[in-house]
Amino acid sequence: MEALGIWNYWGVVLLMMVGLYTVIARDHLVKKLIGLGIFQVAVILFYVSMGKVTGGTPPIIPEGADGSEVYSNPLPHVLMLTAIVVGVATLAVGLALVVRIREAYGTVEEDELQRMNRSGS
Amino acid sequence: MRMREKVLLRVASKAFIPLILLFALYVQFHGDFGPGGGFQAGVIFAAGFVLFGLIFGLEALQQVVPWSVVERAVALGLLVYGGVGVSCILRGGRFLDYGALDHHSPMHGQHLGILIIELGVGLTVAATLLAIFYAMAGRGRA
Amino acid sequence: MWIEILLFGLLLITAVTIVSLNDLFAAAMLSGIFSLLCASLFTLMDAVDVAFTEAAVGAGISTVLMIGALALTGSRECQQPTRLGPFVVVLLTGAMLIYGTLDMPAYGDPAAPIHHHVAPEYIAGTSAEFGIPNIVTAVLASYRGFDTLGETAVIFTAGVGVMALLLGRRKRQDEVQVEPSEGDHKGENP
Repeated sequence: MEALGIWNYWGVVLLMMVGLYTVIARDHLVKKLIGLGIFQVAVILFYVSMGKVTGGTPPIIPEGADGSEVYSNPLPHVLMLTAIVVGVATLAVGLALVVRIREAYGTVEEDELQRMNRSGS
Repeated sequence: MRMREKVLLRVASKAFIPLILLFALYVQFHGDFGPGGGFQAGVIFAAGFVLFGLIFGLEALQQVVPWSVVERAVALGLLVYGGVGVSCILRGGRFLDYGALDHHSPMHGQHLGILIIELGVGLTVAATLLAIFYAMAGRGRA
Repeated sequence: MWIEILLFGLLLITAVTIVSLNDLFAAAMLSGIFSLLCASLFTLMDAVDVAFTEAAVGAGISTVLMIGALALTGSRECQQPTRLGPFVVVLLTGAMLIYGTLDMPAYGDPAAPIHHHVAPEYIAGTSAEFGIPNIVTAVLASYRGFDTLGETAVIFTAGVGVMALLLGRRKRQDEVQVEPSEGDHKGENP
C-alpha cells in the first residue's frame, strides 16, 4: 500500500491546485489573495508533514528527560514559523494595494481593469 | 453609532481584553518552556487592541495607543534586535553570539540574549499589526 | 492517521467552497475556519508552535484585515463563466507535482534523510548549551538567529509599505496628489 505512505503529499498537491486555480481563474483581486493564502498554507503543510516522525512527540524537552525520547524534527517548524508571519505581512500589503486600486479605478475586477488600461484611461 | 447600543459586546469585551493582553505577556515570556515566543505573543497583543478598536471606536483606541507610540515601537523592536547583536560584538564575540553577553557563564548569556530578542520581535510584530489596522480602518473615513 | 485524513478531507471541502462562493464576506469567514482546521492538523503532526502561530495569525488578524479591506472595496464577486484554460493548467501542474512526489519517503518514516543532517545536532545541543526546554525557540533565536533578524526586517518593511500606501492624503478630483507624509501628522487627526 505504497500510496498510503505518501498520502500527505497528494493531499497537499490537491490543496495547492485549488489555491492555484483560484489565483488564475477568478477575477476579483481579493479572491485571488485568498487563493494565494490557501496555496501558502498548503506549502506549509508540506514541510510540516515532512518533519513528522511516527512515535515522536512535539520538540519540547520534558522534565527529567534522559535523552532517549524521539522528537519530531524541529527544523521545518522553525522555517514555517517564519513563513506564516511573512505570509500575513504579504497579505496586508496586497490588501493595501487593492484598496488603492479601488480608489483609483473604481473597480477591483481584473477584466474591467484590463479593459480600462487597454482603452488608455 | 450602532456599536454603542450593543451592551453585551461592550461589557463582555471589557472583561476579556485585559485577559487577552495578560495571555499575550504569558506567551511572550514562556516561549522558552512551552509553545510560544515573540511572534505569537505579538499577534495576540495586537489582537487585544484590535478588539478594543472594533468595539469602542478608532478614536478611543487612538487615545489609548497614540499613533506616535505605534510608529516608534515598530522601529524600536528591530533596533533592539540589532542592538543585541552589536552589543555582542562590543563584548568581544561575533554578531549575535549571545555567549559573549555574560563572560562567566555562556549559558546565562544565551538565556539573556534569547529573552531580549524575543522581546524585540514581539514588539515589532504587535506594533506593525496595530499600524496596519490603523491604516486600514482610518482609510474608510477620510 | 485516519483523523489526519479526515481533517485533510475537511480542509479540501472548505477550500473548494471558498473558491466557489460569490459573497466575499462569507469567503473571509471560511478562510478563518480553514486556518483553524489547519492548526488542528499541525497539532496532530506534532508542530505545536506552528499550530499556535497559524491559529493566532490566520483565524485572528488575517480575517480582520480581509473584512476591513472588503468593507472598503465592495464584497460581491461577479459570477463568471467557467473557462477551460485554467482547469487544463491546474490539471497539468498537479499531475507533474504528483509524479514528482512518487519517490519521496513515506509519511512519518524515521529513516528519512531530513532527520539525519542538522536536526540531531540541534536537539542534542539545546539541552547541552542552552538548558531551555523548547527546542524550536532555541533554534529560532540562537542557531538560526540571522533568519529571525531577516524576518523581523520583512515585517517592518511590510508595515512601512502599508503605511506609505494608506496613510497619505486621499487624492481628490480638484487637487494634486500630496506625497505620503510618513504618518507623523496624518495619522493623528481623528
